[in-house]
Amino acid sequence: MNARALLRLAIQNVVRNPTRSILTMLGVMIGVAAVIIMVAIGQGAQGAIEERIKNLGTNMIVITPGVATTAGVSGGAQSMPSLTIEDADLLRKDAQSLVAVSPVVMTRTTVVGGQANWRASIYGVDPSYAEIRDWQVASGRFIDELDIKGRKKVCVLGATVASRVFGEDDPVGQLVRLRDVPIEVIGVLKAKGQTAEGADQDDVVLAPYSTVQTRLAGRQFIGQILGSASSPDQLDLAQSEVKLILRERHGLSESQPDDFEVRDQRQLAETATSTTQVMTTLLSAIASVSLLVGGIGIMNIMLVSVTERTREIGIRRALGARRGDVLAQFLVEAMVLSGLGGLIGAGVGVGGAWGVGRLTGWATTVTPSTVVLAVLFSAGVGVVFGWTPARRAAGLDPIDALRHQ
Amino acid sequence: MVGSAAPVVEVKNLTREYLLGAERVLALRGVSLSVSAGEMVAIMGASGSGKSTLMNVLGCLDRPSAGEYLLGGVAVGPLDDDALADIRGERLGFVFQGFNLLPRTTAVENVALPMLYDRQGRFADPTARAIAALQRVGLGERLNHQPNELSGGQQQRVAIARAIVTEPRLLLADEPTGNLDSRTTVEIMALFQALNDDGVTLMIVTHEDEVAAFCKRAITLKDGQIVGDVPIQQRRAVVSTPGAAP
Ligand SMILES: Nc1ncnc2c1ncn2[C@@H]1O[C@H](COP(=O)(O)OP(=O)(O)O)[C@@H](O)[C@H]1O
Ligand SMILES: [Mg+2]
Repeated sequence: MNARALLRLAIQNVVRNPTRSILTMLGVMIGVAAVIIMVAIGQGAQGAIEERIKNLGTNMIVITPGVATTAGVSGGAQSMPSLTIEDADLLRKDAQSLVAVSPVVMTRTTVVGGQANWRASIYGVDPSYAEIRDWQVASGRFIDELDIKGRKKVCVLGATVASRVFGEDDPVGQLVRLRDVPIEVIGVLKAKGQTAEGADQDDVVLAPYSTVQTRLAGRQFIGQILGSASSPDQLDLAQSEVKLILRERHGLSESQPDDFEVRDQRQLAETATSTTQVMTTLLSAIASVSLLVGGIGIMNIMLVSVTERTREIGIRRALGARRGDVLAQFLVEAMVLSGLGGLIGAGVGVGGAWGVGRLTGWATTVTPSTVVLAVLFSAGVGVVFGWTPARRAAGLDPIDALRHQ
Repeated sequence: MVGSAAPVVEVKNLTREYLLGAERVLALRGVSLSVSAGEMVAIMGASGSGKSTLMNVLGCLDRPSAGEYLLGGVAVGPLDDDALADIRGERLGFVFQGFNLLPRTTAVENVALPMLYDRQGRFADPTARAIAALQRVGLGERLNHQPNELSGGQQQRVAIARAIVTEPRLLLADEPTGNLDSRTTVEIMALFQALNDDGVTLMIVTHEDEVAAFCKRAITLKDGQIVGDVPIQQRRAVVSTPGAAP
């Protein structure tokens, strides 16, 4: 029997028992749909995270205070924050591979406005912060060198803070009070949305770091120093340069570990994507189990079908079918059932992924390769789980099979 | 051609024993016979005498425990399973007591079935051949009926059409009229006679003398041995042609 005859025979048998065929396919259908939806959610999350990491700014290097406790020994004076404005100044001056450096002096306080109050993070930054983090100004202007030098009482509001404190009004030119200090709003930032972790990036007030350090009381610390490398392939060089400069400045001996951490986008991206990759893998593993269960369902029904059709097998054998013909017939039938189930499941999955995206607002991404793989995999499931029933059918003795009631 | 000179069937000293647990059942004990082209042989004998066992061996569905079987001059014994399947498809036709048609499958599809397994490309248009075979057995009007829409006699006609569609050298029928009433039995036997007149060699198992009377020769089995092998003197015949039968 040639492939076409086998396929026609298989399709005939599938069509002749529509109810049984659909029930048989159901498991694979659900399995494939589940795999596609899960992978779509996972890949969508991954894409969203990558997009957000790109939003952090290009070529960015993040220096944070802290001791790497890998060796289990922590340095002496490290309960104190280890980064200073002077560190940032030095880096700006000495690090050749960095084109921009900005300290980030962090504090939190209530923004008291004309109509409403709102608690927000206050970041004291350098004018280059906008370039490093890729912030755009929606209205007004950003902080400039004169603001830094003059410790001017000015600030730029994130979109969330602006709307919370000023509603529909234009905040530019108005005053807010931070820890009783009146500060003029000189600009409003374009909205960025949430971070990968779900934090609102627009819930922020940016002010000159000199102003924050000298004019705002309260607990404050240099949370980060941000730098920008001249190009992505300068990132490695920039990292080692930063380490060299800071270690020397902090007077660390060779045996002492760094009292700061240097990371760039790649590490951030790696952590984030490896997390989502784990999630994607986990989700698709769970979904694959349902595909496996679908395969077992096919095996189950096919075994029953072999018993039911024992006489048919005997007839075919008497009329000239070889064992191989019978084997191929049942194998192709299992493949057609699972492949068809996979195809329908793929349709359901693509629709389902879209539906999930609509309902939850998550980004779901269905790639053609996922669909093709899922369908091929389901046909493979048919071969694997159709094998046992097909072997059983082919192994039947023709006389016994003919006598079967 | 070697085949035309040699007998269609030649068996020598055929035995077939079954093992039922520790017990050995000898279903055939030393059967020798020869059937030439154009013969129409009735295989008779009481229930359990070994008729079906003999037919299974002759039909290459079963292998003898000992003895030799030449089909058209070719020794069947050394052939493997696939070769036996090919022989069944190419040279043999089967008609069973229980019709053995595929359910939910039209008459034409049932008749075309053996051509599906043809490996030599003998049949250019299986459907046309199936239709012609059905017309030959008088079922030209029932081409697209499924078995459950046909009477017992009609189903057996479909089975006969299926058996002859590949133009086999030998047609084997194991109690083909066992499930039919006497009038239908006569019609089916008349059809076999007509096929025999067209040159088909037939071996028909029956335990009824009236059925055997349609044949040209009667072989009688008892306890797995041939106890009688005689030509039939007064052969029964039916006047009406099979094509005209309802
Ligand atoms: N598969 C088998 N296993 C064991 N014994 C069998 C089998 N088939 C047939 N026999 C025995 O062989 C003998 C001949 O059976 P069979 O050829 O079917 O007779 P008949 O067709 O003449 O009624 C019987 O005694 C039967 O019980
Ligand atoms: Mg019998």
